[in-house]
Formats: sequence, structure tokens, C-alpha cells
Amino acid sequence: MSEALYSIVVDINGTRHVSHVTARTSLVDWLREHLHLTGTHIGCEHGICGACSVMLDGEPVRSCLMYAVQADGHRIVTVEGLQRPDGSLSVLQDSFCETHGLQCGYCTPGMLIAAQALLDANPRPTEAEIRDAIGGNLCRCTGYQQIVDAIALAARRIAEGET
Amino acid sequence: MKSPPFEYARAASIEAACELLSQHGDAAKIIAGGQSLVPMMAFRLLRPSWLIDINEIAALKFVAFESDAVRMGACTRQCVVMRDDALAARVPLLRQALAFVGHTQTRNRGTVGGSLVHADPSAELPLVAQVLEARLVLRTKSGTRTLPASALFAGPMMTNVRPDECLEEIHWPVWRERRTGSAFTEISRRHGDFAIAAAAAQIAVDDEGHCTRVSFGVGGTAPTPIAFPELGRHLVGHRVDKAKARAVAQEAAATLEPDSDIHASAAYRQHLAGVLMTRVLQQAYDAARAVR
Repeated sequence: MSEALYSIVVDINGTRHVSHVTARTSLVDWLREHLHLTGTHIGCEHGICGACSVMLDGEPVRSCLMYAVQADGHRIVTVEGLQRPDGSLSVLQDSFCETHGLQCGYCTPGMLIAAQALLDANPRPTEAEIRDAIGGNLCRCTGYQQIVDAIALAARRIAEGET
Repeated sequence: MKSPPFEYARAASIEAACELLSQHGDAAKIIAGGQSLVPMMAFRLLRPSWLIDINEIAALKFVAFESDAVRMGACTRQCVVMRDDALAARVPLLRQALAFVGHTQTRNRGTVGGSLVHADPSAELPLVAQVLEARLVLRTKSGTRTLPASALFAGPMMTNVRPDECLEEIHWPVWRERRTGSAFTEISRRHGDFAIAAAAAQIAVDDEGHCTRVSFGVGGTAPTPIAFPELGRHLVGHRVDKAKARAVAQEAAATLEPDSDIHASAAYRQHLAGVLMTRVLQQAYDAARAVR
């Protein structure tokens, strides 16, 4: 028996995508396998690691815990959507480079989405607020300190007027 | 780690969701936030033939204040509840408990109703529902019925919700007593994980500091969260100091028969239950007394 296909229209990083998906296709699989937006990583596939975090209508969610068909009519921002319009790194992304906020890079897209969501809602976070915001994202390399430093640095740079 | 095949229906209304439930019965599952359901499907612990999605039903997302209760739509997101100051002033245990629930990403998607009907014995919101005696409005194609939380939970991940019913609303009682305090605490392996043991309490006191109403309970130590209304009544008319709180908490903990698992032995869980209930009783009492 072939599986039914569902027609979906989703705004991803400002571009409208029309697609046909099986109901069981997770949002992250659709982003990576169908749209080739491989910036979003698949880690655990059951909602523990946070590597697949994306913004759904402006709020970070885990894209392994949603089916693509559920995103129909919604707005998604992936890590590819964080860069500046000219394709260069955003202040947040550059801050991760500055502080060595990544080593293997596997968790980084999820960390960036979680951090961007924090800075959008709270431009001057305390260290405790930063740690809470990335509490749902696992990193096995850095020990987290450089990631916390990166987010704090980005907040300072943005407060000083960098865009 | 991929979900098995299923068919998907996005319900436009609660009536449409109930109609689909009546057609498909046991073969269908409601999906709300999906933060527990989707992993269970990925692990293939569940294989529903149909998923009925209630996420787009605006009528299931609301918080309404009435004189003695807060009414909440079943699909209200946990993040919305956490941010709502007016709600926190009326039912403070919800925000206190949600601080221990998952992470930003899961609370942005996870719903209050979903957590209740998922009925994980160590989940925080079912414990709050049990302690506050929340009431749940369940809808079928032909009408509604209301269950108290104590009649909802039937066992670990088991409820008395029938296959053709969809949770529509939750009614959280609001205590009218001016001097009311509450507290929630838990021990888990990592912040945001399910609790090894959790405890919640809400206490009202008179101007002399005597308890006039006491509710408390424990989660993670039995097949369902448990409240101790009878033991709570024993505190009415008394002041609560540490010795008093400990005596009542130990009496409650002694009734438990927790299981051992990879995270904690039965003896440790029972010990934690006593310690955590002591803490929340004392904290809730102190908070009530601090109200001016």
C-alpha cells in the first residue's frame, strides 16, 4: 500500500515552499531530505538533544517532534535564515567563532536557534537566563562555557549597535 | 526512529475532532503538542492508524477567569501559561510547576491538556491537577461530561478518557482565601527531566496563622500522582512548623509503595517523597503567612 501524500505550503526563511509529504515525514526530515536545508541537524530524533531546533512562527521548537504536514500554513526559520542578507555571518554566529563556541559543530544550529530566540525576547540576558535558554540543547564538546560566552558576547555587541 | 505510517487529519473544530474520533475509535489518537506522542511513535511504542491534529483549533486555546476557577482550553501551550501573570496570581502552582517542565522548545509546543491526558506518573502538571482537584471537560460527538482529576488518572500513562472522547477544557479551582501560598519542588537527574519524585502544596491561613485549608501531594512515587486530602485536613486549625510539616509528610510518605527503577530505588523514592512534601508544606505555609 502506498502512503497518502498531503499537500503543504510552508514559509521557510521567507520563501514559500509547496510540497507533498507523507504524514509521517518529520519536519526535520522534510527540511533536510526534500528541501536540502541541511543546516538543521538530526541528533536523537526523539526530542532530547535539541540539535534540530527551528523557529516555528518565531518561537523555537524541536523539528523532530513535529510532522511536516503540521507546518502547513506556518512560518519556519532554520539556521540558514539567521545569516545577514548578504550571506555573511550574523553577530551571533560570528560571536560563536570568536569565543570558540563550537568544536564538532553538531549542536551548533540548535544552539544558534535557541540563542537567537533568547536574544529576540530578552536582549540583555543574565548568565543564568542564557544557561536556561540552552538548557534543552546538548553539547558533548565544549562544556557549554564557550557557548554561554558566545551568547553573552553577541548580546553585548548588539547592545553596542552592531547589526 | 521514524514513525510508522498513519493518516492525518487536521481538525477545524472540536466537533470535527470528535466526529473523526467516533469514526476511527481506538485506531485514532489526538495529537496536541506531540512532545510525548511523537517520540512514542518514533520508538514505535504507539502505532495509531490516524492522527487527529487539534493544534489549529483556536477555540481550544484560551484562558478565562471566573470567580472561583480558571477555565483553560485543552490545547493551551505551556509557554503561554508560564508567561501569564494574571493566571499566576490566581493559580500560582501552574507557573511554579512549569518551571520544572521540559525546556523552552518543548514548552513552546507542549500543551497543558496533552500533559494531563498523557498521564505520566512523574509529570508535573498531573500532580498539580490532582492537588488542586482540577476538573476536566471531555467531549464526544454527543455531548460532554466532567471528570475530577482524581477520576482521570487510572495508572501509568493510563486515563479514564474513552476512545471517542477529546479533552476540551480544564477548570483550575481558584482559592478565594486572601492568605494563600503554594509551593512545588522536585528532584530529577537533570533539570527539565521527569521527576524521580515531585511534591506540591497549597495552604490558606487565617490572620492568626492557623491553616484553614491544606492540599498537598506527591508525584513519581506511585502509578499516578497522589493527593492527601485527609491528611491535609489534619493540619487545619494548626500552625505549620518544620516538625509539624515533617510529621504529616512522613505519614503521607509511609502510605506509598514506590517501585525501584534505573533512576532510584524504592527506598530512596519514599525518602524523597517525605523530604519534598515536608519542604512544600513549609514553603506553602510560609508563603501564605507572608501575604499582607
